[in-house]
Amino acid sequence: MSVAMPAADIGRAITRISHEILERNGGLSTVVLLGIPTRGAHLAYRIAAEIAKIEGSPAPVGTLDITMHRDDLRMRGPRALMPTMIPKEGVEGRDVILIDDVLYSGRTIRAALDALGNIGRPRTVQLAVLVDRGHRELPIKADYVGKNLPTSHDQSIKVNLSEIDGVDEVLIGQVE
Amino acid sequence: MSSIIIKGGSLFGEKVADLAVSNGKIVEPSSVGSDAVVIDAANCIVLPGLVDLHTHLREPGRENAETVLSGSRAGVKGGFTALSAMANTLPVADNAGVVEQVWRLGQATGLCDVFPIGAVTEGLEGKNLAEIGAMADSEAKVRVFSDDGNCVSDSLVMRRALEYVKKFNGVIAQHAQDPRLTVGAQMNEGEVSSQLGLKGWPTIAEEAIIARDILLADHVGSRLHICHLTSAGGVELVRWAKARGIAVTAEVTPHHLLLTDELARSYDPIYKVNPPLRRASDVQALREGLADGTIDIIATDHAPHPSESKECEWQEASFGMLGLESALAIANMVLVETGLLTWRGIAEKLSINPAAIAGYGDHGSDLSVGKAANITIIDPKREWRVDRDLMQSRSKNTPYHGMQMRGVARDVIYRGSVVLRNGEVHNG
Amino acid sequence: MKHLLSISDLSKAEALQILDTAQELSRISDAPVKKLPTLRGKTIVNLFLEDSTRTRISFEAAAKRLSADVINFGAKGSSVSKGESLKDTALTLQAMGADAVILRHSGSGAAKRLADQGWMSGAVINAGDGTHEHPSQALLDSFTIRKHLANGTGDLTGLKVAIVGDVLHSRVARSNVLLLNLLGAKVTLVAPPTLLPIGVESWGVNYSYDFDATLSGMDVVMMLRVQQERMSDFYFPNVREFSGYFGLNLDRTRAMTNNSIIMHPGPMNRGLEITAEAADSARSVIVEQVTNGVSVRMAILYLLLAGANEVAQLAEVSA
Repeated sequence: MSVAMPAADIGRAITRISHEILERNGGLSTVVLLGIPTRGAHLAYRIAAEIAKIEGSPAPVGTLDITMHRDDLRMRGPRALMPTMIPKEGVEGRDVILIDDVLYSGRTIRAALDALGNIGRPRTVQLAVLVDRGHRELPIKADYVGKNLPTSHDQSIKVNLSEIDGVDEVLIGQVE
Repeated sequence: MSSIIIKGGSLFGEKVADLAVSNGKIVEPSSVGSDAVVIDAANCIVLPGLVDLHTHLREPGRENAETVLSGSRAGVKGGFTALSAMANTLPVADNAGVVEQVWRLGQATGLCDVFPIGAVTEGLEGKNLAEIGAMADSEAKVRVFSDDGNCVSDSLVMRRALEYVKKFNGVIAQHAQDPRLTVGAQMNEGEVSSQLGLKGWPTIAEEAIIARDILLADHVGSRLHICHLTSAGGVELVRWAKARGIAVTAEVTPHHLLLTDELARSYDPIYKVNPPLRRASDVQALREGLADGTIDIIATDHAPHPSESKECEWQEASFGMLGLESALAIANMVLVETGLLTWRGIAEKLSINPAAIAGYGDHGSDLSVGKAANITIIDPKREWRVDRDLMQSRSKNTPYHGMQMRGVARDVIYRGSVVLRNGEVHNG
Repeated sequence: MKHLLSISDLSKAEALQILDTAQELSRISDAPVKKLPTLRGKTIVNLFLEDSTRTRISFEAAAKRLSADVINFGAKGSSVSKGESLKDTALTLQAMGADAVILRHSGSGAAKRLADQGWMSGAVINAGDGTHEHPSQALLDSFTIRKHLANGTGDLTGLKVAIVGDVLHSRVARSNVLLLNLLGAKVTLVAPPTLLPIGVESWGVNYSYDFDATLSGMDVVMMLRVQQERMSDFYFPNVREFSGYFGLNLDRTRAMTNNSIIMHPGPMNRGLEITAEAADSARSVIVEQVTNGVSVRMAILYLLLAGANEVAQLAEVSA
């Protein structure tokens, strides 16, 4: 596998996305960040920290596990559940920013929209991803993108984050 | 009925010799003509026909499970020339009428002798003595009496029964189970039952009755036979009694020589039986009891049940297993192949001793000239697999389905007629 | 795992997976919409051949929160109460397309019979079979203990649990002993000698006839239901003797260590094995057990049914 995005690029993308979120939403007063575990959650915490640096106050941040809403459980069997932690500000009437590492078919985000629907009614739902690799199977689009990486189906993308994988990098390779 | 010559068999597993049969009796081989049927018994064991002292033939009343005919076919297939039909039929065999009916049904098959056992008490209820004298005088000439299925638990009734049969040298065969200690019991009481949540049947419920009845038999000077012994404690009690010269005999079933209560973990009621399967230590004590003569006979307690009585939850299921067609193989594998008994010993446990206890004069012979020709020819090395769908019995409740067995009755001669030939049952 | 018949079929990892999953699912009770789509289209049958209200309702609530269709079978007046055999009932349920059958039955081993005989292809969940086991009760009990005494995570190593009362006839006791041992807790059974089974030495637990001596030092006191009918079988002379020696009353509650909790599987015989004061005391988590029951049962249904009919694995979550 080769490196498509080294650590420095990831850092800059996160900074840029954080600014874009604030710009688009006129500050952080209505914003709630929800990361999709596992790596989306860590990205959400990083964006929250970046926003806190920029604005001087912390952004509400939490996690949203979408396992129970997946449309492929029948094919793969039950998976372990990840934590869902909604910040005390809630989602009602808020601008919820879903955050994930890779956007591919869009099914994960569809499941996230379902999960969100059970929790409340946001004012808007926006999507921030580190990598958009194309090949959407559903009408889903990202509002904030770290890097566009067009791929073919026989390629794979792996996002490593130092919190879990010890290093920050986005790798691209051939699937055997 | 043609003459038969059995060539080259090992009589009692000892001497190799020819045996000849004519007109229902064993005769000198030189006296039969060249038109005699020849049975090649090389590498086979030749024994007097096997005798079962504990068989449930279910007729009258439960013919969906077994009839005298189907049970006789099963018996012959297993190498038996005599069966003893237990009295817990419907109606109960507690009078001359029913025992004569069973007797005649047995005679009609021409396959083996069926000796009815009479009930000790009316309706097996344990309260009033049944018409024991009438049954003894009937065509069936009953000498063995048992309430099997139930225990004669009232001490006074048991005493009277033991005294009463002295008149004609009869014997009471007791199903030892204290009813007060086994209410609702489902399996042996022990570690396994505690984990499975099944109500236990403690061995003391058997031992306490055996102890009482041994002392009663001694006190009144009568013969006592203990059915289906299952516990190490029971074996010790019988050993003690025999050492004191008390006239007690005991039997053990093939399943109690092989299976343990661990099988109940599957909750499959094919393993549900009364008295229940016990621990490995009990199995070991029973085998040793046979070897040292404490236990006199092996009896099958063949207990057929229709499928719906076994395909259900454990609590709903009936107690009992088939036994006639697998007894010999189990005796071979568990006793002969382990060196605990010789074939002479098997002849004693499965033919000579049961015939002596019950007074079946024509059975359990020494295979000498002049004796009734009830003979079983056994192939001790033949491997076969138990298939519950291919049994002679009307029922399928064998715990050995799919199990590999070694040893089988190949031919059986009943009163001079070949009723089993190469494993096929022939109507006499 | 295809069925849930007995705690002894679970590995420690599987048991913890159920508890961890229940932990996440318990949050759903805080959500405005208490519904997850996960088991949509699955048919779950409650086959309750022995009376029970709370367990059946708990399973029903769990199934419905996962969007499954629930059918209740076995009420009075049904074919089952008219003597239909378990086999025929199972064949009928199979014909109806049941994906899972939750069975409560008065016969020990009934759930295993239903699962092993090949009459139906769905999953079998044992909701109580005779005096054998009640696995989902033990799981919700351990979930509750873990929440209060182990920070809601990991196993129960080092915790001391007393199970008090009619152990002999208790499927709750049997399942709890197996699960608590599996999760590293130390169990002491407390009962009169007549209500401890012969063979209890093989269970890997301590046992005592003296409730007061055992009480202090216990982190959990789990009271078992005692049936009045046991008196006619001479297990104990009368209610007064039993409650006097083995009942949980206010004095005994006060003798318990700090932070220890009182549990009961329900339904309680207030006044027999537990007094009203003890049941309602601050140490009591009895009502919470019921709430936890729904989350734990949701976890069980999810893990058994969400996938295809093949054995489910502990899979890594990936986007």
